[in-house]
Amino acid sequence: MKRQQNFSREHLAYLKKRKRKNIFVTIMRWAMLVAALGLWELLARFNVIDSFIFSSPSRVAQTIGGLYANGTLFYHVGITLGETVAGFFIAVALGYIIAVALWSSETLRRIFEPYIVVLNSLPKIALGPLIIIWLGTGNTAIIFMTVIVSLIVCIMNTLAGFLAVDETKLTLMKAMGAGKLTTLKKLVMPASLPTLMNTLKVAVGLAWIGSIMGEYIVSKAGLGYLIVYGGQVFKLDLVMSATFILCVLAGGMYALIALVERLVVKQF
Amino acid sequence: MLKFKDISYTYHTGSGETCAVRCLSFEVERGNFVSVIGPSGCGKSTILSLAAGLISPSSGVIERGGGTFGYMLQRDALFEWRTVEQNIFLPLEVKKRNTAEMRAKAVALAEKYGLKDFLKKSPSQLSGGMRQRAALIRTLAAEPDILLLDEPFSALDYQTRLEVCDDVQSIIKNEQKTALLVTHDISEAIALSDKVVVLSARPATVVGEHKIAFGSNPKERRQSPLFASTFEVLRRELGI
Repeated sequence: MKRQQNFSREHLAYLKKRKRKNIFVTIMRWAMLVAALGLWELLARFNVIDSFIFSSPSRVAQTIGGLYANGTLFYHVGITLGETVAGFFIAVALGYIIAVALWSSETLRRIFEPYIVVLNSLPKIALGPLIIIWLGTGNTAIIFMTVIVSLIVCIMNTLAGFLAVDETKLTLMKAMGAGKLTTLKKLVMPASLPTLMNTLKVAVGLAWIGSIMGEYIVSKAGLGYLIVYGGQVFKLDLVMSATFILCVLAGGMYALIALVERLVVKQF
Repeated sequence: MLKFKDISYTYHTGSGETCAVRCLSFEVERGNFVSVIGPSGCGKSTILSLAAGLISPSSGVIERGGGTFGYMLQRDALFEWRTVEQNIFLPLEVKKRNTAEMRAKAVALAEKYGLKDFLKKSPSQLSGGMRQRAALIRTLAAEPDILLLDEPFSALDYQTRLEVCDDVQSIIKNEQKTALLVTHDISEAIALSDKVVVLSARPATVVGEHKIAFGSNPKERRQSPLFASTFEVLRRELGI
């Protein structure tokens, strides 16, 4: 589509209005953040709230600065980020493979359906003690936790995407004499790409839940560990700081996936 | 070229069995355009699935003169993530005949029938009529001997429908293909076919066969005084 250069005055006014609105939304977004942080800081400064319990933005900044200075900031961030990313990729890949298997056979789907339903509703944290005993107290246990938290949703979402492929297109492939594998490669996989992107978005959130939950149960380092440790020794600045870093990381990872989505799903 | 001999087909569901087609016999001669019309829900699509070998008859024999099939569906089913050109190459890829020569032939065919400027575009940039034309070229790309058309115009609006109908007929005649069309539209059948086979309600069986010999293209046929009388005959046979 070519961009027209000679817009009418009315259209120019419309464009201007739209641009203004976008700017307004962006400004308001930042303003909300600044206002919330400012209010928090002021309430703490004037002792309306107890900054020992509630911390404050300046104390959070100081704590993060301190972590950076003693060189442990990137150590903890790296550990949690590594666990989350590893768990995320394993869950998505494994989920995709299992979804392909379930897609290929209706019988298989029916056999596994009750198991998937039960596993989906099971609170994975219930498996905590078992995971520690089976996998020890290292990274593996935490990555395993991340995987089981996100895996079932990955399977279900991916499979739903596969099964939502247009019936007419399936008939077309069949009429051309395409087998299961060809249908999967030429039709089902590309057609379900938008759903896969949605799955990634959901999975990234769940992966963070999994890794932090894993660190709550068993860990020697990481952001989850800092939160638990900070809570135990009443260093609430540390809890707030770790939570803040988590917000930034989770938001960043989501934005990255949204970017990938924009690039991949352009043609849909 | 394609011959149905005493074909019956029954399909089974949890709640019972339905006889869709009973003792059906008709023939599609080489180079002919044959239409099958019948009341809605009489198992017309089943006939195409049988012809293409997607399902096998419960009894009876289908003789195929060793030809290959191309299937054209109600909706164009173009893949949005492929360009028009890549869509046209799809049957070549699926049938493992994706050679430079076949691709060149397919492109030549598309260019011949007015898709030249659209080859690199996405299907979503095409009008409904153009999309259906692209679907036809895709069907023709693998050089099938018989075209099976499953109400390929029914999803189009009326004006586009007339246009695409003429279009498809001329392309199929030009390329000297054999075609079997199922439709519920009497006037479409008359406009396009060399022969119209009329089916009964389910279980479908042949009520009558009519050769259509007047006029040389859909437009001429629609204008001919014989059109209305043929329409009446077919309408009465359909029982509507």
